[in-house]
Amino acid sequence: MRLAKATLIWAVLAAAVCVPIAAAAASPLLAWRGPVYILAGFAGIIALGLMLVQPLLIAGYLPGLSAYRGRRAHHWIGGALAVAVLVHVGGLWITSPPDMIDALLFASPTPFSPWGVIAMWAIFAVALLAALRRRLGLGPRTWRIAHMSLAVVIVVGSVVHGMLVEGAMETVSKTALCALVLAAAIKVMADLRVWRKRT
Amino acid sequence: MANFVLNRRNLLAAGGSVLAAGVSGLLLPARAQGLVPTPSMSGGSNNYLKGAPTVDRIGKGGFWMSGTVRRAGDGAPLAGQRIQIWAHTTEGQEHEPHSHGATLTDKNGAFRLEMPQIIPIFGQPHGHLAYDSGEFKTVFLRPVMRSAKETSLEAHFVLQPA
Repeated sequence: MRLAKATLIWAVLAAAVCVPIAAAAASPLLAWRGPVYILAGFAGIIALGLMLVQPLLIAGYLPGLSAYRGRRAHHWIGGALAVAVLVHVGGLWITSPPDMIDALLFASPTPFSPWGVIAMWAIFAVALLAALRRRLGLGPRTWRIAHMSLAVVIVVGSVVHGMLVEGAMETVSKTALCALVLAAAIKVMADLRVWRKRT
Repeated sequence: MANFVLNRRNLLAAGGSVLAAGVSGLLLPARAQGLVPTPSMSGGSNNYLKGAPTVDRIGKGGFWMSGTVRRAGDGAPLAGQRIQIWAHTTEGQEHEPHSHGATLTDKNGAFRLEMPQIIPIFGQPHGHLAYDSGEFKTVFLRPVMRSAKETSLEAHFVLQPA
């Protein structure tokens, strides 16, 4: 029974992350895109997938992983998430510099751009804070509040960004992944009682 | 009977609209009547290439870009105006020269140019158009298709003297 539950959790997680990637890989739009643009798009999809894994890892919801291993994986995947966002933005910049510059300057006509750019800065901020946490002498409570506040910005920004984009992602698998990303973040934040004062 | 309740929300809304009206009044010169010139759209000039050749058709065609060019104020149709068109299509990316072409308006100020199917790029299926011949002020438009499946798109210019 326990094994079945563990298998189910991992299978659902794998499907939630992999099905949108596979569906996007089957998109007819890819035929008319250059390799850099395709890479940039998939970096964005992978980043969204990693965003689902992150809260599950840190809260210890993934069966078979010790708290220590979960925490270590959370750190590494956090780094990978920042790299994925860099590839996403860098690849789009190479594909069409004026469109990317407009987006970064909040001057883009596309409604999804500011959401993505704000989420990007929040991701970089978390990565930077995590790297400098000891040097800055951030206490656990300050760190948690900072990380969680930025996590809210990241999750909301990324989900809105992803849902508004009309691109290679298939609508149903994209919506499902976005819903799971939101649900996982909400559940973990509620369970960890981040906002309450520790006694 | 509408009871106007003076609370903070109403006050903010009213104040905001007064402010907006005032500011736009300052920014746009007074036009007693008639057609207002079309402003350039943000991102409209992205991947613009100066001097795209006038063509009968861009690439193999299959998609129609059409629209009108009129004069600000009286709305008179402007004939013989050169409109440049480019987009990310099934035959090329926005920045590639063969994705660009130009056409002229007819005596009714209308233009129509066949081009390859536009496909979504940067998250939206959209085209780009430019008027930049100098007689009137340059305008860049960036219309968005309601659905990526559509096979035509329109854009309308109202030009003011340069």
